[in-house]
Amino acid sequence: MIDVIDLKKTYGRADVLKGISTTIRQGEKIAIIGPSGSGKSTFLRCLNRMEEPTGGSIVFDGRDITDPKADIDEHRRRVGMVFQHFNLFNNKTVLENIMLAPVYLGLRDLRRQRRRHRLAGLRKLFGGGKERLPLPPIDTSAARIKAEARENALRLLKRIGLEDKAEAYPSTLSGGQKQRIAIVRALAMNPQVLLFDEPTSALDPEMVGEVLDLIRQLADEGMTMVIVTHEMGFAREVATRVLFMDGGQILEDDAPERIFSNPQHPRTREFLSKVL
Amino acid sequence: MGNFDKKLERFWEVFIEHGGYVKVLTGLQNTIWIAVAGLAIGILIGTLIAIIRVAPKTNGLMKALDGLCVFYVGLFRGTPIVVQLLVAYYVMLPLIGVNIPALQVCVLVFGLNSGAYVSEIMRGGILSVDPGQMEAGRALGLSYRVTMLKIVVPQAVKNIVPTLGNEFISLIKETSVVSFVGAADLYVAFNYIGSNNYEFMVPYLVMALIYIALVAIAALIIRQVERSLRKSDRRH
Repeated sequence: MIDVIDLKKTYGRADVLKGISTTIRQGEKIAIIGPSGSGKSTFLRCLNRMEEPTGGSIVFDGRDITDPKADIDEHRRRVGMVFQHFNLFNNKTVLENIMLAPVYLGLRDLRRQRRRHRLAGLRKLFGGGKERLPLPPIDTSAARIKAEARENALRLLKRIGLEDKAEAYPSTLSGGQKQRIAIVRALAMNPQVLLFDEPTSALDPEMVGEVLDLIRQLADEGMTMVIVTHEMGFAREVATRVLFMDGGQILEDDAPERIFSNPQHPRTREFLSKVL
Repeated sequence: MGNFDKKLERFWEVFIEHGGYVKVLTGLQNTIWIAVAGLAIGILIGTLIAIIRVAPKTNGLMKALDGLCVFYVGLFRGTPIVVQLLVAYYVMLPLIGVNIPALQVCVLVFGLNSGAYVSEIMRGGILSVDPGQMEAGRALGLSYRVTMLKIVVPQAVKNIVPTLGNEFISLIKETSVVSFVGAADLYVAFNYIGSNNYEFMVPYLVMALIYIALVAIAALIIRQVERSLRKSDRRH
């Protein structure tokens, strides 16, 4: 699904990523662990080009997304991201937060589709040009896109038990509620993969559980996910594969049981002895 | 002070019987019009400049636009508004060869001038919005432009309403120089009343009171706007 080939990232003189290569397959849950400054967040953020890689390439479903000509916004619609600090839109209600991108992008696609149909109609009128494949019919409308997005958003809110917060603004919510809403906001785009950047690091301890529970549910439903985390217990339980990173490299890449009970690399051993 | 009653009487006479109040109302209307329209133009120009200035300078065009904006802001902040009015009315208009009424020229110049100040206010406002807001929009597949307009700028505007209010109040007061190019504002009206019998004490005093009242009303409006914009911060 995602092939990462010799990915490099340098800031000025600092090499943050020194050539990362790995493959993320459909349905995998990958936990990335490692000390601070090891490059794990940078690696994650390169996967949807929130960071521009300075070398190597990332191929997503056969498309090289590091190509400067690649439509990065199109790519990001398929890759959901959840941030450490939630980043809910402060000027929007919970419902608007979830609906904004699906509605805006859905309407834009509809406008483009209609434009293509009009152009095709014009071409037909003048009988010019070569034969083209008929365009797929437009099977939706602006009202329907909005209604469906709303329905979907309410369904997602109900799922996390926050349907009564639909009209609330983010400033009125707890950290755990905000993060769960941020997760369903990403889900509302029907992404093929979810990226989590330390999703529980900014939470009060009593709220970590509710967020991890939701992530665990998504994992059980088969969502492909990449999680940068300091929650070793969670990584061990949920991940199908664990990457240990240090100094901008993947030092160990193995099943969680093996990494946590029998780490091969001395740096992994040292790190785990400190955090476990 | 003995003859203050007399002065008041004379003022009243000119104000009512010689149609002074008509001039005052026209002046008041023009003053408010220049300040409000000037601020509206200023906010439009200022937002545009601010967005250009905070945008990443990815290509030559953006760098050139940025340079142009810096020049514009420097030009309008670097010269007094009176000079800008005089240059616009007596230099630029004849050079271009068009004839625009003084009032419209004033609205335009105040708008351009205000745009320079508002752009700096707005730029600060945009920079004060958490960068995570932009990241979240981009991560969902929204473009830079859309995220800027739908998420970042609305929050920036909310943050800068008090400062924008200050700018509006400054504008109201600065309009008192438009008579330099012959536009009829409050000063022109009260000057006319005073000139009628060379008695300026009461007219200028009333003029000062009207400015104070104007600014007080403006401050009230600003507070209302602030309150209604703060609804997303309220806990409920």
